Amino acid sequence: MALDLTATVADRGLDVTLTVGDREVVALIGPNGAGKSTVLSVIAGLLRPDAGHSELAGRVLFSLGTSAPAPTCLPAHDRGVAMLAQEALLFPHLTALDNVAFGPRSSGRGRRASRAIARRWLAEVDAAQYADRRPAELSGGQAQRIAVARALAADPALLLLDEPMAALDVAVAPALRQMLRRVLVDRAAVIVTHDVLDALLLADRVVVIEDGHVVEDGPTAQVLAGPRSAFAARIAGLNMVRGKAEGHGVRSPQGQYVEGLAEVPVEQGSNAVAVFRPNAVGVYVHPPGGSPRNVLPATITELEPHGDQVRVRAADLSADITPAAVADLDLAPGVQVVFAVKANEVAVYPA
Amino acid sequence: MGSGQRPVGLPGWVFVPAAVGAVFVLLPLAAIVARVDWEDFVGLVTSDSSQAALALSLRTSATSTLLCIVFGVPMAMVLARTSFPGQQVLRSLVLLPLVLPPVVGGIALLYTFGRRGVLGSTLEVLGLQVAFSTAAVVLAQTFVALPFLVVSLEGALRTSGQRYEAVAATLGARPTTVFRRVTLPLVLPGLAAGAVLSFARSLGEFGATITFAGSLQGVTRTLPLEIYLQREVDADAAVALSLVLVVVAVVVIGLARGGRAA
Repeated sequence: MALDLTATVADRGLDVTLTVGDREVVALIGPNGAGKSTVLSVIAGLLRPDAGHSELAGRVLFSLGTSAPAPTCLPAHDRGVAMLAQEALLFPHLTALDNVAFGPRSSGRGRRASRAIARRWLAEVDAAQYADRRPAELSGGQAQRIAVARALAADPALLLLDEPMAALDVAVAPALRQMLRRVLVDRAAVIVTHDVLDALLLADRVVVIEDGHVVEDGPTAQVLAGPRSAFAARIAGLNMVRGKAEGHGVRSPQGQYVEGLAEVPVEQGSNAVAVFRPNAVGVYVHPPGGSPRNVLPATITELEPHGDQVRVRAADLSADITPAAVADLDLAPGVQVVFAVKANEVAVYPA
Repeated sequence: MGSGQRPVGLPGWVFVPAAVGAVFVLLPLAAIVARVDWEDFVGLVTSDSSQAALALSLRTSATSTLLCIVFGVPMAMVLARTSFPGQQVLRSLVLLPLVLPPVVGGIALLYTFGRRGVLGSTLEVLGLQVAFSTAAVVLAQTFVALPFLVVSLEGALRTSGQRYEAVAATLGARPTTVFRRVTLPLVLPGLAAGAVLSFARSLGEFGATITFAGSLQGVTRTLPLEIYLQREVDADAAVALSLVLVVVAVVVIGLARGGRAA
């Protein structure tokens, strides 16, 4: 086990238990104000919990409260926990290279050795060409890449990511997500996110926090497939078709083919997932003509209210349509329909 | 705000008192310039007593600015980055010399470091006599100038925020490393502005100096004291030296603004 954490922060109503395995990436999800970022601050040593105990790779990070025989609380710089926030927070007075070299320098390495390490990490995140730039001369996506390199160059035992894609352009987020996917392999990390795609593509396990408490904890696929908490259910509402990459889309083992747009290159025949939102799905009794659409035959299993719309479920796919359309089409469980979704509403990712 | 934009117009009458105020500040400066005896100017400002006063002023002001940095930077850090009971009161008391009449500061210093002062007898045992020495000039200047540095640096520390420092700590940097490699470079413009202001305040110090250090040529008679004395005997010399201080003040303001813009 890489991280073992039990912590109480009274004035934020936080009381959580969390574990992260060696080489495991845990996604921490939950509504705003649930305490996700507080958990990260407690792990990083930026917030002292009222009580609790935590160990990282066999070292005690803190042991506080009435049950602790000898209260200890390691300072942030002594924990081996690096944190990546929404904003890159690159030191504005240092070049990208010296930003990345900051961690190695702080651990006592010389300037030259630290810069050599920094260059390696800049190359790892495809940012070697920005080495001599100041943060003010970088775009948000470039800065965040360099922040990732900086965090990893410090050689942390645990990496914390606090919504690392939230402040980025939608256009650059997928590339950063792919890069994180690459560098997080074989690492212990906790990622706070609002985006189900982050959980799906980056995390091995999902932990849901509501009101300062863990309400759900399980393997990503399991939590997203059968969410038990309200929050997980809401964010897990995306349609997902898993299979092998084929052409511009994904073919499921059942032979279903969904065409979409690959935001990052996907190797033909490799594992891939096609993702689309229920409100992008049209429901038809007869296959529609016209613009190129994915047409997926479906048998309705369930109708349920979803905001001011109706969510039409058919096995593991769902569509959001208006109550008027439900009445028009005379939809009910058991009815055979087709789900149609335009290819440009479908995102294809390697899985 | 872009140039040419005027979101809300000012009431017209505002410009009248504003103009009067500006004239009130600028006219005396013009009056000095007008009154300067340009023919003898060089001779007046390079007389022995003038040179001694100017050299003493620059030396003591530089020393007190250094002392302000040595003690003021840690003070500003403690005030900006920690919280403890009574901090607000402490902050107000530390900033007291800003509003205290300098002559009162001089009296207070006299009863602290003077022969009969709180520390004076201790210092005397050690063979140190502070009052009416050049050291007293430096102490008086540091006393009045320190709050300027603390105020501007504390403001800079607060606006620079702690998020970079938190990042640095999670990257493994010890507090001293964080201070040296992150905090200090980020607040350098604020520190420079504070140091320039402290220097200016030290250079202009009069009340506390004359009360605590006296007026001994070459030892404690700084430029403001020299000007005050010359005014009685040689008005032209006083005016010429005043102009020197005006020029120094203008340069200082230029430096402070430059530091802030950087």
